[in-house]
Amino acid sequence: MLISFFFMLREAGLKVSITELLTLLESLKRGLAGHSADEFYYLSRACLIKDESQFDRFDQVFAAHFRGIEAAFQGLTSQELPADWLRRQAELHLSEEERRKIEAMGGFEELMKALQERLNEQEKRHQGGSKMIGTAGTSPFGAYGYNPEGVRIGQDKSRHRRAVKVWDRREFRNLDDNIELGTRNIKVALRKLRRFAREGAADQLDLDDTINSTARNGGMLDIKMVPERHNAIKVLLCLDIGGSMDDHVKICEEMFSAARSEFKHLEYFYFHNFVYESLWKDNRRRHNERVPTPEIIHKYGPDYKLVIVGDATMSPYEITYPGGSIEHWNEEAGAVWLQRLLQHYPKSIWLNPEPRKRWDYTPSVKITRELMEDRMYPLTLSGLDDGIKALR
Amino acid sequence: MNQFSGTETYIATEDLTTAVNASVTLQRPILIKGEPGTGKTQLAVEISRSLDRPLFEWHIKSTTKAQQGLYEYDAVARLRDSQLGDDKVHDIRNYIVRGKLWEAFASEQQPVLLIDEIDKADIEFPNDLLQELDRMEFFVYETKETVQAKHRPIVVITSNNEKELPDAFLRRCFFHYIQFPDRETMESIVEVHYPGIKKQLLREALEAFYKVRDVPGLKKKPSTSELLDWIKLLLAEDIPPEALRTEDKAKAIPPLYGALLKNEQDVHLFEQLVFLNRRVR
Repeated sequence: MLISFFFMLREAGLKVSITELLTLLESLKRGLAGHSADEFYYLSRACLIKDESQFDRFDQVFAAHFRGIEAAFQGLTSQELPADWLRRQAELHLSEEERRKIEAMGGFEELMKALQERLNEQEKRHQGGSKMIGTAGTSPFGAYGYNPEGVRIGQDKSRHRRAVKVWDRREFRNLDDNIELGTRNIKVALRKLRRFAREGAADQLDLDDTINSTARNGGMLDIKMVPERHNAIKVLLCLDIGGSMDDHVKICEEMFSAARSEFKHLEYFYFHNFVYESLWKDNRRRHNERVPTPEIIHKYGPDYKLVIVGDATMSPYEITYPGGSIEHWNEEAGAVWLQRLLQHYPKSIWLNPEPRKRWDYTPSVKITRELMEDRMYPLTLSGLDDGIKALR
Repeated sequence: MNQFSGTETYIATEDLTTAVNASVTLQRPILIKGEPGTGKTQLAVEISRSLDRPLFEWHIKSTTKAQQGLYEYDAVARLRDSQLGDDKVHDIRNYIVRGKLWEAFASEQQPVLLIDEIDKADIEFPNDLLQELDRMEFFVYETKETVQAKHRPIVVITSNNEKELPDAFLRRCFFHYIQFPDRETMESIVEVHYPGIKKQLLREALEAFYKVRDVPGLKKKPSTSELLDWIKLLLAEDIPPEALRTEDKAKAIPPLYGALLKNEQDVHLFEQLVFLNRRVR
């Protein structure tokens, strides 16, 4: 039973390992979740999932696999129908006249027997059984019209106070890393950028280790070197602005303000739709204060990492033909300029705020992706993650 | 006996107790994440109190190395002693300083070991502790001895998500993410900390608190610990519950909000919103 659950989780893209499954089985063996479905849910989540951004996906798989699990747990603790409870319900809901009708049918006990039979039948037909017997027309209750709302069987109120199962509430939805970046999520994304910013290598004297090994050496000087912890990764950020990007301006702003605090060396430039022979720094003065692209290439060395943010959605002419730009006459095609940039900056990625599934429908995105040699990533947490990996 | 279910000063939700009990029973570390101020660090303290176990706290900084948790060899002291001709110098054991992990391993009773904010350390830090936490033993090279835990400690690790932890490390842990408490849980948390607080004040305070949390774009949302501080202030100042009602046009900003909002941009944003609201009315 858990094996198929395990594989279902892996199919859903959750990297659950065998060790973790064994841990779960061991804790089940120790009786850590013997009492309720909720406990089993919490336990399996604590064992198998180690990242809150994956909780939502886990909840979905759990719901899909263990549909009717509560009924199973019910079976463990009470073999019979909670007759008292049903009776209590019936008394609550039925009027005097209705109760007399039940009497006429052979009494409450008879009715319960019929209901039990129906329940067993259902259990045979679909595993776990539907918990809702009594929707009009299927159950003795509904059929005779005593309680059109239906009686819930297998969910005793006192034991499961909640109407919605925990995993069906999907509380962790906004932590899933496949949704677009929001204010909260951007913070998490930034931390990923910071990690990347701390790496790099240079040689430095390790004072502690030197003293240490000198002492070990009996006083003979023994110099030890370590790689330096680099906090100054250089980033060149190019942001598409205006036109089709207006929808994404907020994301870009967040991304930009986020990135600004994370790097010591961050240079940013704006462009419209595609990079041409000049870019600009201040969008309000874009027409008179432009920086020629060759100057940028000259000024910022190849150790800069180039990050281009844009939806790459435009007419293909704007990329491939001279004079294709919609703002001015460009002597050379945008593709040529992009290739120059790419040649100069071996580490470069393109972040696209459009959802990935839409990329294939836009020819200009395809062209750009080819130019970028497929280093285009969606502007989501996982996309950013992949992008940063590619930059390393 | 060995079941953890919250204490009189700590409200633990069902999912949290399940995770903690699983880790206590299987003797594996539990990794706790969650918003700052939701009681991650406090959890270890409470586990040690409720199970009556000694607590060892190891607070991690950006410069902390895994080795420091095990032991440190004070080579400089030895070098100095040898130059001064001290007799101690012949026994290397005199220069081995025990770390928190060793202390916990040496405890006569099963201890609780808190490794606080593991994500602050270097990215390789968790990897360096894999073996030690798995086997609960390590080798001291200087004296050629193996230190083994007398009782496997209950290890509680907290993280603020600043760095990702390696998979190999995560596989060995139980994991729990402390959700921000809902209103019901929050009420019992406040009740536990300030028993007998006036019902009305509590209701108004929570009302105002969740309203502040709902303000979009706050840099740091106030959390449980901030709420508790705030209520403490309210009690100390003896603020009447009516003053908390933010609907009042004249006094739209909750009193002593400095306890809730911790940076000036947030305060500024909040004041602006309140001002806008007032104009709309």
